[in-house]
Amino acid sequence: MPATDTEDSRRGPRHEPSGFPEPPGQDIGRTAGRTAGGAGGPDDSDEMASGLDALESPVSATAATSRRLLAKAAPPLAAVALVLALWQTAYALNWSATLPSPAAVWGELAGAWSDGTLLPALGHSLLRCLVGFAASAAIGVPLGLLLTRMAPLRTVLGPILSAVQSLPAAALVPVAVIALGNSESAVYAVVLLGAVPSIAVGVTTAVDQIPPLLLRAGRSMGAGGLRGAVHILVPAALPGFVAALRQGWTFGWRALMTAELITATPLPGIGRMLDAGRQGGELSLVLASVVLILAVGVLVESALFSPVERRVLRSRGLASAAGR
Amino acid sequence: MSTELATPAPAPSVTGAGAGQARPYAVRLDRVSKSFGSSPRARQQVLDGIGLTVAPGEFVCLLGASGCGKSTLLNLVAGLDHPTSGEVRVPHGRPALMFQDHALFPWLSAGRNVELALKLAGVPRAERRGRAEELLRLVRLPDAYGKRVHQLSGGMRQRVALARSLAQGSRVLLMDEPFAALDAITRDLLHEELTRVWRERELTVLFVTHNVREAVRLGQRVVLLSSRPGRVAREWDVDLPYPRRIEDSGVTSLAREITGHLHEEIVRHARH
Ligand SMILES: Nc1ncnc2c1ncn2[C@@H]1O[C@H](COP(=O)(O)OP(=O)(O)OP(=O)(O)O)[C@@H](O)[C@H]1O
Ligand SMILES: [Mg+2]
Repeated sequence: MPATDTEDSRRGPRHEPSGFPEPPGQDIGRTAGRTAGGAGGPDDSDEMASGLDALESPVSATAATSRRLLAKAAPPLAAVALVLALWQTAYALNWSATLPSPAAVWGELAGAWSDGTLLPALGHSLLRCLVGFAASAAIGVPLGLLLTRMAPLRTVLGPILSAVQSLPAAALVPVAVIALGNSESAVYAVVLLGAVPSIAVGVTTAVDQIPPLLLRAGRSMGAGGLRGAVHILVPAALPGFVAALRQGWTFGWRALMTAELITATPLPGIGRMLDAGRQGGELSLVLASVVLILAVGVLVESALFSPVERRVLRSRGLASAAGR
Repeated sequence: MSTELATPAPAPSVTGAGAGQARPYAVRLDRVSKSFGSSPRARQQVLDGIGLTVAPGEFVCLLGASGCGKSTLLNLVAGLDHPTSGEVRVPHGRPALMFQDHALFPWLSAGRNVELALKLAGVPRAERRGRAEELLRLVRLPDAYGKRVHQLSGGMRQRVALARSLAQGSRVLLMDEPFAALDAITRDLLHEELTRVWRERELTVLFVTHNVREAVRLGQRVVLLSSRPGRVAREWDVDLPYPRRIEDSGVTSLAREITGHLHEEIVRHARH
């Protein structure tokens, strides 16, 4: 049966009188009229179906890549330019006696770069955040999934996780330092406490929001238990998982900066830089550190999470608002 | 769940399912009732003492007003829900259910949706691609393999869903208003395809629809459900030869008769 179908569909167009191409609208009208008359062979129906489908299919238009790139880069560049302009104006009008010029902060960064302190500070902080984030994801995702499977556990742990999530990292640092001493492990504890609850809560929310119909469809196809988790549950919740990880990274990065800034141990990192500026009353060094912290946040966000999130959403037809 | 559905089957025999009973059957509902809501006050009885036997290879259409419990009944047969009382038996194993909404997985392409059903049905990897393409051709979507669900129109989604439910390889096919969203021409084509597949594969079909003519055109038997609570109000055997066409005079006259009864049901319900 399928073999003849293929043959028919391949043969179909050749039965057409080879003349001028007809506009699709006319084509539909004609074939439809023919069936109504009662002569519906397989050739006709294939043609007809594909004619109808041609009508139903969306027309895709892709904009030029360069224009899309420009459209994407323009708003953030404009925002940076605006901030710089305001800052320069404030400096030029001498609104604040302590405010350094953008150039001075740039000089600070350039100096730290040339004397070789910038990259190690950046590297240490980034590596710490990466390790902390990986550990948080490795704990948070399974924990979140476990909570959706075990209702009693959720009634107990759910509120605790939400409470910890709402706690500022600054409040956790003294606890961690007293419990673990002034060490790198105290810093990691703060990062984990910042990121794990937000990832776990995000994962449970993502699973809760899967349309029940899809789970039923999976079950009716024989996907229960582990097979259901692999083939239905995880892919269905993937957009929510990505959002949870993204939030986990943000929380982790903020918690790390707080921890680096507040702990008494001199751990190399951007937080240390910030602290050095504060101790020395050098606003230009402090602002340089703030610029770095911001830049890392924005870069990870726009180079890693945004593209992944957009891809996941777009493949499901959900990115119309964010994407085009 | 599937094991529970399979257990009532007696030892396999040549006569097929339901041997040991007077007549073999593919689906059997025995005084099946279903209520929703846990508190006695909010309790709503949707189905009340439904008795229905579908023979192997039979094509039965279920008709009834909106909200009378047709989808609920199919869910019970599919094993997705359990009756409050009574018994549902499906000796051939898990039936394939085509939902009222297409229920396709949006993270997979049309072809992959079909392939997942094949995979879960135990079809070896090497055969899946070919079978999926074959099924998509069957529903007149030869070019849809790589399309995402959101790139398809409502009618095309419904057809992919049909291909996916056929891919499950079940002997029993449950269909919940599968063609309601289609234009008349495509619907007519798919009626023909469905009739052909049903006869070729000797499927048992339980087909829910609002459309009386569709029911008469497709089914060997049409079952009319009453509303609130849902009961079997009446049945008709459709003794018209296949292939049928929707405009056949036999189809039209029986459809007219059934429509009269359907209206009576609705009016009777409105008075209560
Ligand atoms: N999970 C549920 N909880 C509570 N009530 C439900 C539930 N599912 C269905 N119902 C109720 O059961 C009744 C029958 O619903 P069902 O979906 O089976 O109707 P239907 O015959 O398929 O209608 P339609 O033709 O509109 O699809 C409705 O009144 C509905 O409100
Ligand atoms: Mg329904």
